[in-house]
Amino acid sequence: MALPPLPRPYQDTAAYWEAAKDHRFIIQKCKECGEFQFYPRGVCSHCLSSDLDWQEASGKAEIYSCSVNYRAPHPGFADATPFVLAIVTLEEGPRMMTNIIGCDPESVKIGMAVSVVFEDVTDEVTLPKFTPV
Amino acid sequence: MANAMRDVAIVGVAESDLGRVPDKSKFQLSAEASRLALDDAGLSVKDVDGLFTTIITEGGQFSSMMMAEYMGITPRFTDSTSIGGSSFVAYVEHAAMAIATGLCDVALICHGSTNISDRGGKGGPMSASTDVFGPSQFEEPYGVSTVGSYALAAQRHMHEYGTTSEQLAEIAVATRKWASMNPKARMRDPITIDDVMNSRVIASPLHLLDCCLVTDAGGAVVLTSLERARDLKKTPVQVLGTGEAHTHRMISQMPDLTQTAAAISGKLAFERSGLTHSDIDVAQIYDSFTITVLLTLESLGFCAKGEGGAFVSNQRTAPGGDFPMNTQGGALSYTHPGMFGIFTVIEGVRQVRGECGPRQVPNAQVALCNGTGGVLSSTGTIILGRD
Ligand SMILES: [Zn+2]
Ligand SMILES: [Zn+2]
Repeated sequence: MALPPLPRPYQDTAAYWEAAKDHRFIIQKCKECGEFQFYPRGVCSHCLSSDLDWQEASGKAEIYSCSVNYRAPHPGFADATPFVLAIVTLEEGPRMMTNIIGCDPESVKIGMAVSVVFEDVTDEVTLPKFTPV
Repeated sequence: MANAMRDVAIVGVAESDLGRVPDKSKFQLSAEASRLALDDAGLSVKDVDGLFTTIITEGGQFSSMMMAEYMGITPRFTDSTSIGGSSFVAYVEHAAMAIATGLCDVALICHGSTNISDRGGKGGPMSASTDVFGPSQFEEPYGVSTVGSYALAAQRHMHEYGTTSEQLAEIAVATRKWASMNPKARMRDPITIDDVMNSRVIASPLHLLDCCLVTDAGGAVVLTSLERARDLKKTPVQVLGTGEAHTHRMISQMPDLTQTAAAISGKLAFERSGLTHSDIDVAQIYDSFTITVLLTLESLGFCAKGEGGAFVSNQRTAPGGDFPMNTQGGALSYTHPGMFGIFTVIEGVRQVRGECGPRQVPNAQVALCNGTGGVLSSTGTIILGRD
């Protein structure tokens, strides 16, 4: 079976993916302005400071939008349809893209409370995903 | 500040061969559209001293250098701004600025794409890379796609405002009616709201017929000063106002899934033109998906936020309706080579010139064209008027 697209960690993101491998979900908080951000960057997207901290996130989130995808966007998803593509709002504020798993795709609705779960896609890569609480 | 861009006009427009053109490269389609647009203006390639183009697929690196070399042009103003499908609408602003300030005299905006032939003639995904570098590694592993991204916006709009799939279908049905009057349109057979609703769901709530075509196509637009334009072949079409903006690159970073950057670019274009919504006789609104149109109409202020569904109901945008829109058949039914922006400009110009035959909007004096690029990321808005 073809692999789905997988992240190649780089300077900004290596710590995030390393933590995910350990089933920890961390996000960045700016020491200068105090804002959280997602996705990880080398600077704060609110104030451009390089002084960033990694923090353990609560893993709690709410579905901002979701869509049941019936067509594979990539050969690596050929056996994965239908799947739920979603944007969730983390308890800390930022939004991220994810999949909602562990439930009937058609049952997933905007506003649902979800929490993080970890999917080990390969030995090297773990993806944080979300499941209804 | 006086609007110097009013002294600039669009003088030539053209498409290349459209549809499935497997025997021509994207570079040839772009160059042939350029030749035809220059013919339309009564100018030659020797006159071109400003070039505006971008190719986002294979072989497109250094787009403006590459296409200038391909066509034998030595520009003294060059622009490969790459903001997706809206690039070619934003280029009208850039070209008008360059001409108004004397940085170039004749600007050529061109585009070519073999989007369907590149996929072996099928509309499926193009990329099969498994190794994602850069911020998109926070989306692609989750199976994001263009249609999936727009579906997320549609779902949110439905959630917030009660917009329905039937209302989105109204747009596809009306656009097909316009296409039936355009011999160059790829899909010309009438469709009904039920046809859209019964077409398979690609990414909920979007059905197959909520989605644009995938085709090969090229297009080109030529601009010069209004003064010079008055000595050329066709009625000059003045650039009355322009605006551009972008708010994000990836859909998960969009500040508000129900409002596009057209809220910024449209406001600028209206302000700079000194015109209001009621002055617009015909609108060309980027229709990569039906939801793109609905969000854009709201963001441009043709109706209040949340009222887009009601606005497009009862075939308001169809021939004979009081909001003629996407009169060549749009990306939904006429052509869509991955980036559609230049075709909104071409049709806007033709409507204002009055050369659209059976689909001509009677006495269309002022056209608004809006491009959207990326995943509802970028917009360019221009308002055009007859000299
Ligand atoms: Zn900061
Ligand atoms: Zn020759």
